[in-house]
Amino acid sequence: MYSFEIESPVSVADAVAALGKEEAQALGGGQTLIPSLKARLAAPAVLVSLSKIDEIKGISAADGVLSIGGGATHASVAAEAGAYPALAALAANIGDPAVRNRGTIGGSLANNDPAACYPAAALASGATIVTNTREIAADDYFEGMFTTALEDGEIVTEVRFPIPEKAAYVKFEQPASRFALVGVFVAKYPDGVRVAVTGASEEGVFRWEEAEAALSGNFSASALDGLSLPAEGMMGDLHAAPDYRAHLVGVMTRRAVTAAQ
Amino acid sequence: MPKDHGIGAAQKRREDVRFLTGAGQYTDDISVYGQTYCAFLRSDVAHGTIKSIDTSDAEAMPGVLRIFTGKDFEGIGGLPCGWQVTDKHGEPMKEPGHPVLAQGKVRHVGDPFAAVIAETLEEARDAAEAIVYDIEELPAVVNMKAALEEGAVKVHDDLSDNLCYDWQFGSDQADVDKAFAEAAHVTTLELVNNRLVANPMEPRVALGEYNRANDESTLYTTSQNPHVIRLLMGAFVLGIPEHKLRVVAPDVGGGFGTKIFHYAEEAFVTFASRQLNRPVKWTSTRSEAFMSDAHGRDHVTKIELALDAENNFTGLRTDTLANMGAYLSTFSSSIPTWLHGTLMAGNYKTPAIQVNVKAVFTNTVPVDAYRGAGRPEATFQLERLVDKAARELGVDPIALRRQNFIDSFPYATPVAVEYDTGDYVATMDKLEEMIDRQGFEARREESRKRGKLRGLGVNCYIEACGIAPSNLVGQLGARAGLYDAATVRVNATGSISVMVGAHSHGQGHETAFPQVVAEMLGIDESMIDIVHGDTSKIPFGMGTYGSRSLAVCGSAMVRATEKIINKAKKIASHLLEAAEADIELKDGQFTVAGTDKSVAWGDVTLAAYVPHNYPLEEIEPGLEETAFYDPSNFTYPSGAYACEVEVDPETGRVEILSFAAADDFGNVVNPMIVEGQVHGGIAQGIGQAMLENCVYDENGQLLSASYMDYAMPRAEDVPFFQVDHSCATPCTHNPLGVKGCGEAGAIGSPPAVVNAVLDALNAGGMTVDHIDMPLSPHRVWKAMQG
Ligand SMILES: Cc1cc2nc3c(=O)[nH]c(=O)nc-3n(C[C@H](O)[C@H](O)[C@H](O)COP(=O)(O)OP(=O)(O)OC[C@H]3O[C@@H](n4cnc5c(N)ncnc54)[C@H](O)[C@@H]3O)c2cc1C
Repeated sequence: MYSFEIESPVSVADAVAALGKEEAQALGGGQTLIPSLKARLAAPAVLVSLSKIDEIKGISAADGVLSIGGGATHASVAAEAGAYPALAALAANIGDPAVRNRGTIGGSLANNDPAACYPAAALASGATIVTNTREIAADDYFEGMFTTALEDGEIVTEVRFPIPEKAAYVKFEQPASRFALVGVFVAKYPDGVRVAVTGASEEGVFRWEEAEAALSGNFSASALDGLSLPAEGMMGDLHAAPDYRAHLVGVMTRRAVTAAQ
Repeated sequence: MPKDHGIGAAQKRREDVRFLTGAGQYTDDISVYGQTYCAFLRSDVAHGTIKSIDTSDAEAMPGVLRIFTGKDFEGIGGLPCGWQVTDKHGEPMKEPGHPVLAQGKVRHVGDPFAAVIAETLEEARDAAEAIVYDIEELPAVVNMKAALEEGAVKVHDDLSDNLCYDWQFGSDQADVDKAFAEAAHVTTLELVNNRLVANPMEPRVALGEYNRANDESTLYTTSQNPHVIRLLMGAFVLGIPEHKLRVVAPDVGGGFGTKIFHYAEEAFVTFASRQLNRPVKWTSTRSEAFMSDAHGRDHVTKIELALDAENNFTGLRTDTLANMGAYLSTFSSSIPTWLHGTLMAGNYKTPAIQVNVKAVFTNTVPVDAYRGAGRPEATFQLERLVDKAARELGVDPIALRRQNFIDSFPYATPVAVEYDTGDYVATMDKLEEMIDRQGFEARREESRKRGKLRGLGVNCYIEACGIAPSNLVGQLGARAGLYDAATVRVNATGSISVMVGAHSHGQGHETAFPQVVAEMLGIDESMIDIVHGDTSKIPFGMGTYGSRSLAVCGSAMVRATEKIINKAKKIASHLLEAAEADIELKDGQFTVAGTDKSVAWGDVTLAAYVPHNYPLEEIEPGLEETAFYDPSNFTYPSGAYACEVEVDPETGRVEILSFAAADDFGNVVNPMIVEGQVHGGIAQGIGQAMLENCVYDENGQLLSASYMDYAMPRAEDVPFFQVDHSCATPCTHNPLGVKGCGEAGAIGSPPAVVNAVLDALNAGGMTVDHIDMPLSPHRVWKAMQG
């Protein structure tokens, strides 16, 4: 780790001000950022911890929308997002207890790891990512591996999830990291089905539109018969080749649909 | 009724109290006055020429005390290899230099070429990053076959090629050729024994301290064998005589072999502390551990089995490439040879066996012993091969094994060793009972209904522990003896400190060893403590590896305790005014046989130290004895293991449903510790079979360099284990009849897992001969695609 200053504001306004400093960076739960600091892969001059800001920790459901503060931990989502069970279950299965007790939804969405779980939920739910300056539709938010529509110093303060009629997330774990080797989130809304895939593509989280079309007509695993994704554009690494990832997307999508019934 | 004291009692480990409550004293917990910190600058390329290293900017940075490079080690010894293997032409193996800091060239990612000493760790790291260097990258050789090709890039320019040795061992060529020429069936298999990183929970740490007052150096280090380190570092590297060098290995958080070896960092901190006259500490990060702890396994083998028309094994032939990495680590050369070739008979009476091993240098981290060391590689080849033979012949794999079992002992194998005892039928019978083999087909059917493929895999293993005797291993090339030593120091009031050469880093010696002494003296274990891990306190012993502690050091402790008893009886006979021959020791009382005259243990020990009423003209006061023990043979634990799995045909994901182990460890001193050792061993074996894989790319970059990519087994990856050690055939040549249990689980489990998965796939209608470990979902899925 290189040395840095740390600030712990208690309001979003103060955090935004602190992030205006030279080489300042937001610190959520630190579950991604601290390992990279330890490995000397990042060298912020000022860390602005968001963990004392109570106004971005709330979780509440109203009018068919579940709103989660950007600073809510995975553990609190797992415990309090009962209005959206598939989302609570996703949070309950991220990492280990230490990760869940520190890591936050805002940090996860800001980081946009191509194998992270929340991006699939946000995209499949057509969620709205709320920041200190604006509201961003999930469809406009994810811009590829580790890239998002966030500007420098912009803080994710809330994420609004329209609650679907049916939904499930199925994650096939990468054996070492337990992140998603392939994760598929399926959500059925009155106006159609959305399918978001994480872990698989070189472009990061994406919607599988053919599957959405098929499932919007018939929300059952058999509707996916004959549908598959090409290996091209899928990630290949130590743990899985592109063709295997493409195959798993099909299997996990069918399983998610079955689990959502 | 189960015993609660002495040999055979399942006592809880006394050391766990301190480990579980944070009172353990690990090397990194030790800090000394004036301590400085060290950061190494390590190569980020696999192979390169060091053109220049400019430390001037870095030296001017805050807190920096001194920066060392390879130049500072010119004229100083390199790290030695402890075993010289002679190749099949009678030539000694090639032994390249291994400088403490790289000189001229770097040869693997992680090879240290400079080191900074500073007042704080952060200052040392900052300065290490500020060193300006020019390393011209050279093409790297990573793959062993490529390394042996004509014109391959050489890891060491001063050697003729990358072949360390070409070793051949076993029966006469003619006998082996004849077996294959006359075979009714030959089964052939090519397989990889995957490279592993040991990953002890505690990373390596070294703290060097120099005392100018008496010219003495102390090295605190995470070692399994402090005396071996003192000998190697003092005599071969730094030229410090033993009486001026103390090596302390305090609590050590797991070794698994990788903490046997003498490492550059140990020599470095000792050297630097003498140069600076300040203590120097280095604590490995996990990332450094991946690229500097010696790795394990990494064999590529072709193996062939000849069978006659009745399915008797008649011949076995193996061809192995063994990766040495870039330098020879301390015992690297002995692993694929004497710890592997000698085990190739396994549990079977195959009359003709030939083992061929080529050891190869590559631009990778050195490879050396890892839990089992050579024996898991042998077991995996043989037990996979026998399973394949059974499938090809359409016979039951257990029946084929039983038919070929060695069934009379002692048994001299064609690969030089003589098994003293064993009962392979008994452990296999026990195993079949444990796993309800009859019920398996019904279970398979039940899985099938759920869309899953169920498989059962079985294997046997034999291992050789307590490598010995010294005069034999000396002939085989060992540059050390392999005895061990114990001093039993009885204090005036009867309490006892036993100083042992073995080192406990998870084995529970502090609990099990006192049970032996308590049994012999008839006193309570609470009166006995084990002292280990400090060369200034313990007699010269060789440490702990190869499941040797109880069999070798425990035997020394028994011999020393016998000497204590003999002397104590002399004292008792004096106190009781009776003939020495009439004195009996029972339950801590010395009694004159056939009388009620007795004297307690404590009275005798007190007399030894307060010798007012004492036969001073016949015996010396005091009660302290030392014994060295050099075993006459290895010990040969053996067993039969079974694994049941379910494969998801859609994804290739394997779930391990059950695992059973029937072991013969001879006599057991503490069954709870033995079971714990087996559990840990099986978990590591399952780790190798299912998850762990150390992978380099073609440029020698380490791809699996963190836990994000190197998959360690976790609790949910292993089932509840069924273990049994009731089929005991005691070792015939050591006083306790013990065989050793530390590595068995890791040796015996990988083939059972792989055999089970292949059984599942083949019974499910696929034809899959082999899948290389680890059986990741991707690999299994690919195999299923044909
Ligand atoms: C062992 C382990 C296992 C894991 N397993 C999984 C898994 O299975 N699935 C999964 O999805 N994730 C997993 N993670 C990642 C985990 O979910 C992290 O918590 C998450 O990626 C980052 O959240 P954080 O709050 O810790 O963010 P930090 O690490 O603090 O920050 C990450 C990045 O986001 C920025 N940031 C943080 N908060 C905000 C905010 N509110 N607004 C704007 N920017 C912000 C930071 O500046 C930084 O760039 C795992 C992590 C670990 C260590």
